Amino acid sequence: MKYLSKRNLLIVLIAAATAYFYSKDGSVTTSVVSTATSFALPLALAAMVGIMCERTGIVNIGIEGTLLTSAFVAFFVSSLTSNILLGLAASIAVGSLLGLLLAVMAVTWKMDQIIAGTIINILATGLTSFLYVQGRTIPSTFPEYDIPKLMNLPFFGPVLFMHGPLFYFGLFVILSLYVALFKTTWGLRSRAVGEHPSSADTAGVSVARLRYINVAIAGAIGGLTGSFLSLELVGSFERGFTAGKGFTALALMIFGRWNPLGALAAAMMFGMTQAYANQLMIDQVIQIPTQFIGVLPYILTIIVLAISAGKVRPPAAEGQPYEKADA
Amino acid sequence: MSDTKKKGFDLGNWMIPIIAVAIAMFIAGIMMKLQGADPISAYKTLFTTSFGSVAGFSATLGKATPLVLSGLAVTIGLRAGLFNIGAQGQLISGALATAWAGYALTGLPAFIHLPIALAFGIFFGGFVGYIAGALKAYRGVHEVITTIMLNSIIMALSDYLVVYHFREPGQLLTRTSEIQKSARLPFIFSLPLGFFIAIACAVLAWWIMTNTTSGFRFETVGRNKFAAWYAGISVKRTLVMAMMISGGIAGLGGAVETLGVTYRFEPAFNAGLGFDGITIALLGRAHPLGIIPGAILIGGMRAGASNMQFVAGVATELVDLLMALILFLVTAPLVTRFFKNTTSKSVTGGW
Repeated sequence: MKYLSKRNLLIVLIAAATAYFYSKDGSVTTSVVSTATSFALPLALAAMVGIMCERTGIVNIGIEGTLLTSAFVAFFVSSLTSNILLGLAASIAVGSLLGLLLAVMAVTWKMDQIIAGTIINILATGLTSFLYVQGRTIPSTFPEYDIPKLMNLPFFGPVLFMHGPLFYFGLFVILSLYVALFKTTWGLRSRAVGEHPSSADTAGVSVARLRYINVAIAGAIGGLTGSFLSLELVGSFERGFTAGKGFTALALMIFGRWNPLGALAAAMMFGMTQAYANQLMIDQVIQIPTQFIGVLPYILTIIVLAISAGKVRPPAAEGQPYEKADA
Repeated sequence: MSDTKKKGFDLGNWMIPIIAVAIAMFIAGIMMKLQGADPISAYKTLFTTSFGSVAGFSATLGKATPLVLSGLAVTIGLRAGLFNIGAQGQLISGALATAWAGYALTGLPAFIHLPIALAFGIFFGGFVGYIAGALKAYRGVHEVITTIMLNSIIMALSDYLVVYHFREPGQLLTRTSEIQKSARLPFIFSLPLGFFIAIACAVLAWWIMTNTTSGFRFETVGRNKFAAWYAGISVKRTLVMAMMISGGIAGLGGAVETLGVTYRFEPAFNAGLGFDGITIALLGRAHPLGIIPGAILIGGMRAGASNMQFVAGVATELVDLLMALILFLVTAPLVTRFFKNTTSKSVTGGW
């Protein structure tokens, strides 16, 4: 009975629907799900940023700003140096710097964390739109690398094994974060700091240090996500490029119960909805005014949260600065 | 509580925003220098354009009007422990609804038409606020996420409505017809009337905050939900009310912009006004009167930006950068003094 929750039912339903469509028209379904996967991965990765932070008790509402800044840096460093690897490195560095900035504001200055994150968002918008230069290009995007043998699998081949390198790396990050969070000492400590910092402190874990490290690593993951968006998925950058993905990611984190695999499943659900809607539009089964196509994820976010937010329990110490008790 | 209020007028407290603005301008100046522009000439053009003449100052106040209101909207949310990032969406709904009432209702005298058009803006802005407030109070969905999502949804919805339903007949541009003369906000001694409405709202909000039970309820919920609940205040109702009022004020901001400046609705007109409200509210230390100088400053920068681009060759986005820097510089001390005692839990708690 443990696995028969509403959300698992939803996953089963979507899987069943996909299997049905696949039996009817294999190639279209495969391409739809493949699109959904590339759509879902950056969202899932961005949700990892939130999970990393919140599991140690830091609310990170600045994911959007981290993605925007790192996508910007990735694109322009690649463009200026004609080297996408340098762009990737720079974006990961900038991502972790923004993570450190959040840590300084939230841990050291004990600021309101929602406001700290908002500052990162507004700073990101201001900087990227001021420094933005029109008409630049990058030498190339990260090329697709099809994994030999596995790519020939029916359905799963194109869906999972025919992507660019950052896709595989992102997937690897998500899976390792799951293992790290629930099967390692670091993960246990991180979760303890997020749930009950004073106990963790008593047990000899440095709350501030662990929060700093985790928020910085989370920032680096945000940087990777930004690179994935601008250097692999899209290959360009415009003002307001990330279009709210950072906020959607927070919803996925909540819907996935602060669990990396849960968030990945939630992101996949989002991706599928978007990809199917697009496909139905192409097939002219449904007619949606163009204005509403991009809005679907936002409406879904609100619905998903209205269903799940009150029922899930966030890490207990989330959003609270930790003050050592006086001896 | 009265302690914080006194602090609002404390000179020492007021130095922080001023210093923050100075440092932000210095940093932005260095960035302009790096881009090869002349920061002195840029700042000179920026501020002589917006504060150097009566016409310029009138334009500045026109720009500042919706900013006072969106700043006030964010302030009222903060007072009740809510972070309303949705002023943008609420403002746009208000602007569109008002524009419709302004051009579609005909044959009314100004003293009836004008209030009706304003009421449309307040109502629709308030309704959008209500959605976020109800989701927060009854479903536990954090207002930061819902309001951001609603911003995008409303942006798309308003675009759709203008394209398919409210477009000016025979017009290729995405915009509504011009509002009737009877719905226009007049100028008083070449200063926009809307500005005085905005100031009146800020004063009224301040008076309600400090002198009425409803104001006290707001503040108590903002400071400590549990204490408020224990004192018999309906926390959920207060949260919904706060978001509704906050949205209504943002909607009014859109309404005065439509009736006093733009005279019609066009999706690009109101971009960013709601987001500026966040900076202004924090710059004014979440004080209903404290937001006014910040709104005038930022209104001035917005009013002078295009002339600055023309003369000094600096992108208008400089203003966004300046605001981000100011916000960053001003919030660190702000929080240690104002928000820390509010307990961070009250703003960020409960997704």
